[in-house]
Amino acid sequence: MAMTITEKILAAHAGKESIVPGELITSKVDLVLGNDITAPLAIREFKKIGVAKVFDKERVTLIPDHFTPNKDIKSAEQAKLMREFAREQDLTHYYEVGRMGIEHCLLPEQGLVGPGQVIIGADSHTCTYGALGAFSTGVGSTDLAAAMALGETWFKVPESLKFVYHGQLPRWVGGKDLILYTIGKIGVDGALYQAMEFTGPVIEALSMDGRFTMCNMAIEAGAKNGIIAPDEKTRSYLDGRSKFPCTFYASDEAAEYIKGYEIDVSKMEPQVAFPHLPENTKPVSAATAIRIDQSVIGSCTNGRIEDLRLAAEIFKGQKVHRDVRTLIFPGTQQIYLQAMQEGLMEIFINAGVAVSTPTCGPCLGGHMGILAKGERAIATTNRNFVGRMGHPESEVYLSNPAVAAASAILGRIASPEEIMLK
Amino acid sequence: MNINGKVWTFGDDIDTDLIIPARYLNTSDPAELAQHCMEDADATFAGKISKNDIIVAGKNFGCGSSREHAPVAIKALGISCVVTKTFARIFYRNAFNIGLPIFECVAAVEKIQPGDRLEIDATSGLIKNLTQNESYQATPVPEFMQQIIAAGGLINYVAKKVREKSA
Repeated sequence: MAMTITEKILAAHAGKESIVPGELITSKVDLVLGNDITAPLAIREFKKIGVAKVFDKERVTLIPDHFTPNKDIKSAEQAKLMREFAREQDLTHYYEVGRMGIEHCLLPEQGLVGPGQVIIGADSHTCTYGALGAFSTGVGSTDLAAAMALGETWFKVPESLKFVYHGQLPRWVGGKDLILYTIGKIGVDGALYQAMEFTGPVIEALSMDGRFTMCNMAIEAGAKNGIIAPDEKTRSYLDGRSKFPCTFYASDEAAEYIKGYEIDVSKMEPQVAFPHLPENTKPVSAATAIRIDQSVIGSCTNGRIEDLRLAAEIFKGQKVHRDVRTLIFPGTQQIYLQAMQEGLMEIFINAGVAVSTPTCGPCLGGHMGILAKGERAIATTNRNFVGRMGHPESEVYLSNPAVAAASAILGRIASPEEIMLK
Repeated sequence: MNINGKVWTFGDDIDTDLIIPARYLNTSDPAELAQHCMEDADATFAGKISKNDIIVAGKNFGCGSSREHAPVAIKALGISCVVTKTFARIFYRNAFNIGLPIFECVAAVEKIQPGDRLEIDATSGLIKNLTQNESYQATPVPEFMQQIIAAGGLINYVAKKVREKSA
C-alpha cells in the first residue's frame, strides 16, 4: 500500500506493515526531551507511575534553555529539580549551562536526532527535526512522563498535506519566508492535526538550516509534524554526528494527501508577520513605515550559523539605530564559537549589538529582552501572540534575520536591499 | 458525570500565552498558575470565576506552546470544562492527560451566550443550554481517550499498565 514518509515512519515504529490516517497506534520512541519549564512537571508525574528508572538513559534528554542562566529564584529551583533528576537517573544527554544550547538547535547538532526516527518533546517546536526526515512532535509534560517510563507513546496517524515549492528563490528570501508565507496562506489552524510535507525543487535546493526553520514553524499552522524527505544534503549533515541508527524514507508516488499546494517562490518578497498571529503575513515592502524599539535575532527558529552569517552581512560596517536595542542569541555554544571564528562577533559588537549566551529568553517573554508597554520588536522568533515578548500591550513582528538586521539599522522595519543598495 | 456551570466566552485562536503567560511559568504550582489564568485576555478573569464555570471559545483553542500549565491553570481555577469549535492538538492531549473535560461542538459555540447556564453529560457529550432551552451534541470522544478518562488520567492509566506488566 502506498504511504507517505510520515506514515512509513509511524508504521515502522508501531510494528505494522502499513497504517492509514485516523488509526490509533502505539509507537516506540527513539528519543524524548524536556526543558526547564516542562520537565519539572513531567518529573513529578513520572514519580507517580511506579518505575524507578527511565526506559533508556541514553534516550531521555533534558535541556535547561528557557529561563537559563536562571532569571530568578523560582526558575533556579525548577532547573535544580531537573538537574537532580538527570543525576539520579544518570542521563547521558543532560546539557548544563555552558554546554547547552537552545534544544532544537542543539539536538540535531549533537546527532541525537535523525532520519526515520520518532521523537517526542515537551516543547511545541519539537517538530523542527522533521527537517532531517524524522517524525517529531510536541507533547505536554504528562505525555513526556509516560514516554520516559515506557519508551512508547500513542498517536493518531495524521493525514498529510503536500506543499510543493517551485521557482527561483529571490535574494534575501529563505526558509523563514517560505514558512511565513505558507502559514499566511493556510492560517494558524490550516494544518490542524495534520502532517505538513515540504517538497519540490526549492526545498531540494534549500540548506539544512533553512529546512530546520521551515519544519520548526509547522506547529504555527497547527500541524502535528513538518517533514522533508532526507537526501544527500541530510546525509552530509549527519556525517560524523549521528549517535543512533537512521533510516531514509521517502513518500511513495501514489501516497495519498488530503490536500496539495503549489507555491511559486520566484516573486516572493521577504515576509513579515504582523501582530498578533503568525498568519498575519505581508511582504516586507508593506511594513516599512513601522518603527521599532528592539530587534531580536536568534531562537530555535533562526539561531543557526547561516542565520548569523545573514545578519552579519547586513551589519558589516553599519551601526544599530540609536533608538533600537539589538539582541543576538546564537543557538548553541558551537554556533557561538563558529560565529566568533568567522569574525561575525566582531561585526555584531562593532555595530552595537548585544550578543548573549544561548537561551530561549525573550522569544517567550521569559527574560533577557522583555518589552515595556507600547514597545515594538521585530524578531526572528516564531510567535507574535499578545504579550509574547513582554507587556500585553507590546507588539512583535516576525521576519527573517536579514530583515531584522536591516530594521535594527534603520529603526523601522526595512528590507535588506535598503541597506545593501545604500 | 454531569457538569453544570455558567458560561464565559472567548474568541478564536486563544493561545497558551493568553491562557497562562510565560512570565508565570517559573512555577508549576496549580494554585499559583490559576491566579493568572487568561490574564492577558481579561486581567480580572481569575477573580470573577465561580466553581464549575465553563469556558466557551471558537476555533483552535490552546494553540501555541506545549505548556501543560495551560489546562492545569484552567482546571485549578475551578473551571469544570471547555467547549470550543476545535482545539489545538497538544492542548487536546494535555487536557485529557490531566483530566480536564473538553468538548468540540461548533453548533453550541455559535449559539451559546455569555452567562448562559449549561448542563453537560460528560459521557455522551450532550450539551443542554438551560438558559436558552436548547441542546447540542458534541463530537464523540474516541474510545481510547475515554479509557484514559475512566482511569483518572494518563498517569494512572500508565501506572496500571506498568503494574500489569510486572505482575
